[in-house]
Amino acid sequence: MRKKKWLGMGVSLMLLLTVALSGCGANKSEENNSGGAAGSPAPGESGAVGKIKERGKLIVGVKYDTNLFGLKNTKTGDVEGFDVDVSKAIAKKLFGDESKLELKEVTSKTRTQMLNNGDIDLIVATMTINEDRKKQVDFSDVYFNAGQSLLVKKGSPITSIEDVTKDTKVIGQKGATSIKNIEEKVPGLRVLQYENYQEAFTALKAGKGDVLTTDNAILFGMSQQDPNYVVVGGIFTDEPYGIAAKKGNTDLVTAVNETIKELKDSGEYAALYEKWMGEKPPEA
Amino acid sequence: MDFSFVGAYWGDFTEGFKNTIYASLLALAGSFILGILLAVFRISPWKVLRILGTAYVEFFRNIPLLLVVYVFYLGLPSMGVDLDGFTSGTLGLMVYTSAFIAEAIRAGIQSVPTGQMEAARSSGLSYVQAMRFVVLPQAVRIVIPPISNQFLNLVKNSSILGVVAGFDLMYFADNVNSYSFQTIETYMIAAGFYLILTIPLAYATNVLERRLARTN
Repeated sequence: MRKKKWLGMGVSLMLLLTVALSGCGANKSEENNSGGAAGSPAPGESGAVGKIKERGKLIVGVKYDTNLFGLKNTKTGDVEGFDVDVSKAIAKKLFGDESKLELKEVTSKTRTQMLNNGDIDLIVATMTINEDRKKQVDFSDVYFNAGQSLLVKKGSPITSIEDVTKDTKVIGQKGATSIKNIEEKVPGLRVLQYENYQEAFTALKAGKGDVLTTDNAILFGMSQQDPNYVVVGGIFTDEPYGIAAKKGNTDLVTAVNETIKELKDSGEYAALYEKWMGEKPPEA
Repeated sequence: MDFSFVGAYWGDFTEGFKNTIYASLLALAGSFILGILLAVFRISPWKVLRILGTAYVEFFRNIPLLLVVYVFYLGLPSMGVDLDGFTSGTLGLMVYTSAFIAEAIRAGIQSVPTGQMEAARSSGLSYVQAMRFVVLPQAVRIVIPPISNQFLNLVKNSSILGVVAGFDLMYFADNVNSYSFQTIETYMIAAGFYLILTIPLAYATNVLERRLARTN
């Protein structure tokens, strides 16, 4: 573990260096560009957005293995999910055409590096906004309010975290922070822990517990697998997902924030949310 | 090696250890009684009993223990029987181990030369008397080492409770590992607790074996 920490620090240092260096380089090339040949972007769009427009497509890193957010459909080969639809909306905002979008697969481990290497323009991959990450990337406004929630059998007397007592049988996944969270909220509670979410869900379905708790995004997926189980009580921890751009690409972040706002104002956001999560977004 | 984290989780280890002892003792007693019964079935003069005994033994010793426990834990609720992790794990362990014990006992009895039984019967003893006074005393000595192996396996196999939230030693060791990230240290401690159970058990059966050899 200790070794990993050092490795992590080394990698982040290298990333920082890359950011710093490539940042300088980018500025210079932009200056050159603005005096360049015909077809170059308008002066007002010389930043990251200008470069993307010049390229003719937006490149977004999404997950390919995450149900409801970014999952590769094995039949069609398409990647589908909430994150993908949000990415399309951003491409539409930039180009007026949602097909001017290239998706690249990222994982939680690779995404920051790929962004800073310039392999992708944006990360839209269930990425929680936190202080450590803010030092490495620029985040947009929150586009999805993730957090810990509860999954129960339809008609269960438990409708929120308030109904969970120390005698409630709660199911979770081994080692997940969600277990610590709920054991802190409900003193004396003992969570039944299983190796993975599939086993935990199987145990819930076999009646081994009253509640399964983890991130709402995962619970929504389970609820769609078996509609006899529903997510209740909203979220009781905050893990806001944000869209990340390379540090300094403020014009791109602004464009993303405008897109999110427009989606919300037009009601499209609510439609997308319901399309993937199976329910209406909580009132903010 | 850094064992400084252990203090914070010591209660988890001891509680798990306690439950592992309970599960092992219950399954041990149960599987021994069930095993003897099945062995009697298997060498019984009645064909129906022989078939029943053989079917049970061959079924349970040829499927994975994990599967047996899953049936008790996840399968029975659909038939209206809801057992918690500890109970289904212990029952599964008992049912599974009894098949091996039955096999060890049967082999022990049948390894006593048939001439012994014939000689006893021709000197006027009934079948039961011949079994009781001639065959079984000889079989017991043969049977002890393999049964002792099965008991040791049973204690170690009790770690199966960990996958059905049975609160045993392995369940807590997995939890401690996932919180502390001290993987090697955590499992070394778990191994130490298992050894506290298994070494005396192995020693006790060795003593018993020697004592029985002397009385002969």
